[in-house]
Amino acid sequence: MILEGKKAIWNDYQKEIADDKLYYVRSCVRQNFFPGAETTFLRIMREVLGKDVFEHPCHTSCSGIGYHSDLLPLETTMTVVARQFSLMNESGYKNLVPSCITSFGLYTEIMDTWHHFPETLEKTRKQLKEATGRTFEIPENVSHASDVFYKFRKEIAAKSQFKLINKHTGKPLKVVEHIGCHYAKMFPSKGVGGAEYPHVLVGMVEDWGGEIVDYPERRHCCGFGFRQYLVSANRGYSVTSSRKKFESMQPYQPDMIITNCPGCPMFLDKWQYTLSEMEGKVYGKDGRGIPVFTFEEVAGLMLGFDPWDIGLQVHQVGCEAILDKIGIPYDPAKKYDGPDGKKLSKPMAATFNL
Amino acid sequence: MDNLFEKLSKDVRMQEGLHACMNCGVCTAICPAAEIYNYDPRIICDTIQSRDNDEIEALLKSETIWYCGECMSCKTRCPRGNTVGLIIIALRSLSQELGYFAESEKGRQQLFLKRVIGHWMLEKGYCLYLEGIGTDLYPEQGPVWDWIQENYRDVFARLGANYQGDGTGILRKIPDEAMAEIQSIFKTTGAIDRFEQIEKVSTEKAKQMNLKLDDTMANEYIGHIYTQTEKNHNAL
Repeated sequence: MILEGKKAIWNDYQKEIADDKLYYVRSCVRQNFFPGAETTFLRIMREVLGKDVFEHPCHTSCSGIGYHSDLLPLETTMTVVARQFSLMNESGYKNLVPSCITSFGLYTEIMDTWHHFPETLEKTRKQLKEATGRTFEIPENVSHASDVFYKFRKEIAAKSQFKLINKHTGKPLKVVEHIGCHYAKMFPSKGVGGAEYPHVLVGMVEDWGGEIVDYPERRHCCGFGFRQYLVSANRGYSVTSSRKKFESMQPYQPDMIITNCPGCPMFLDKWQYTLSEMEGKVYGKDGRGIPVFTFEEVAGLMLGFDPWDIGLQVHQVGCEAILDKIGIPYDPAKKYDGPDGKKLSKPMAATFNL
Repeated sequence: MDNLFEKLSKDVRMQEGLHACMNCGVCTAICPAAEIYNYDPRIICDTIQSRDNDEIEALLKSETIWYCGECMSCKTRCPRGNTVGLIIIALRSLSQELGYFAESEKGRQQLFLKRVIGHWMLEKGYCLYLEGIGTDLYPEQGPVWDWIQENYRDVFARLGANYQGDGTGILRKIPDEAMAEIQSIFKTTGAIDRFEQIEKVSTEKAKQMNLKLDDTMANEYIGHIYTQTEKNHNAL
């Protein structure tokens, strides 16, 4: 390919990412399953990078899981989203940063629908006013939290104490990157790098010393599928999708998986436990699982945060082997402590020590 | 009888999702659901393009429309810019409006989803609620999740959360005035009407099926729709 042509294509998949004065909206899934990741995101943004990130106490779920479970009419979800924007407006912010990929996709879809069907925007304005008395303006910039770390990946690297490098061999760790489907599959131009070659996690991994694993099912869904996981009778859909990915990545012997969606790391972590119990199969090295991380957790590790402060103890697949490989110190005795060193019970052992 | 194609066409998801489909089948090739279920998204487009009212009615009453996981992988691949995932959202919406969803066992699952996801969003402001997602309903969450649930106040406090607290933070209590706004939005925009429709049609179906259904989560009908698949839904 002619270099100019390649650059022109790449330019289509660059996006403007706001770098300060950010309005943060939390994720239902990430708050429940990876609370330490959101804490770590805000700690890095405020304390390490010195940015203004605001959170409004009255914001709620975007309603995306309800929408994609087909429970909520489009008008309801549009109006809930409009209320989020109204809260942002009254706080004096213009740059929206969702923690969740489902939310990011939903905000993007709704703004696109309002653009192409202006009558839906007018209806939303009317319904929000009628329901709450509120008015709203559309954000100037919508960037997922992983976009923001992509933008600051070199600054994070410069302040890091560790790299994604095997301290015993000096070689880069082999990293699988998994992008949430709703990041760029619906609107490729809204994601860094588009849908086929999203660069948002690749950029972080490479600048933090790691090496990306390319494998056949790299773009396959983790299998959440909303109703396909939430209802027990449908759950075979979910585990089968994750299994397809594990089978595809295993020959490449990845050291770890990094994700930008809150749901994907939960499924890729928990389905490894389920598959080990169901089939007696594990996908990592030395009879262990493949550790799965959120991008916030990986950034926190690179910066030298205590692994238990960022929440790695909530993962089913253990992280100790990769911490040892990188050379990150940790105190095993404190893994399951509560606040202020309070001693708690420990999890029951699974059949396989992943 | 309603012209179902015309009804569907009023939905902006249909207008965005279906232009002229040439039936190339790329959506089916990429679709995770097509690999698992007896599901072919290409045929969804074909059926709707036929504008055959009886065929569309059968589709709205079918298991087929409930197989999609709304991952939207089809959007990326379609050479004509169609999105079967969006068409599916429009079909499921109309199926619930017309009460057809209870004609399929996958469609009947909407009552369970309404009573968890819908209830949590309306009452708590979150689509997921920590105390409702235990390993009794989600056993694959495993022993670490059991440990978190047993120690949730301490574990969440350790990780900087503000569980059910005032102000900002992870899993904070959404203030009453904010919840009042959400509830007003649900009423004004049709979500409450849809919830009532799901309850009403499900109650009639439970009677037909001779299964007990009450306001709790512990009854025969809820247990049945949450766990049972009597038909073979698997890919051929």
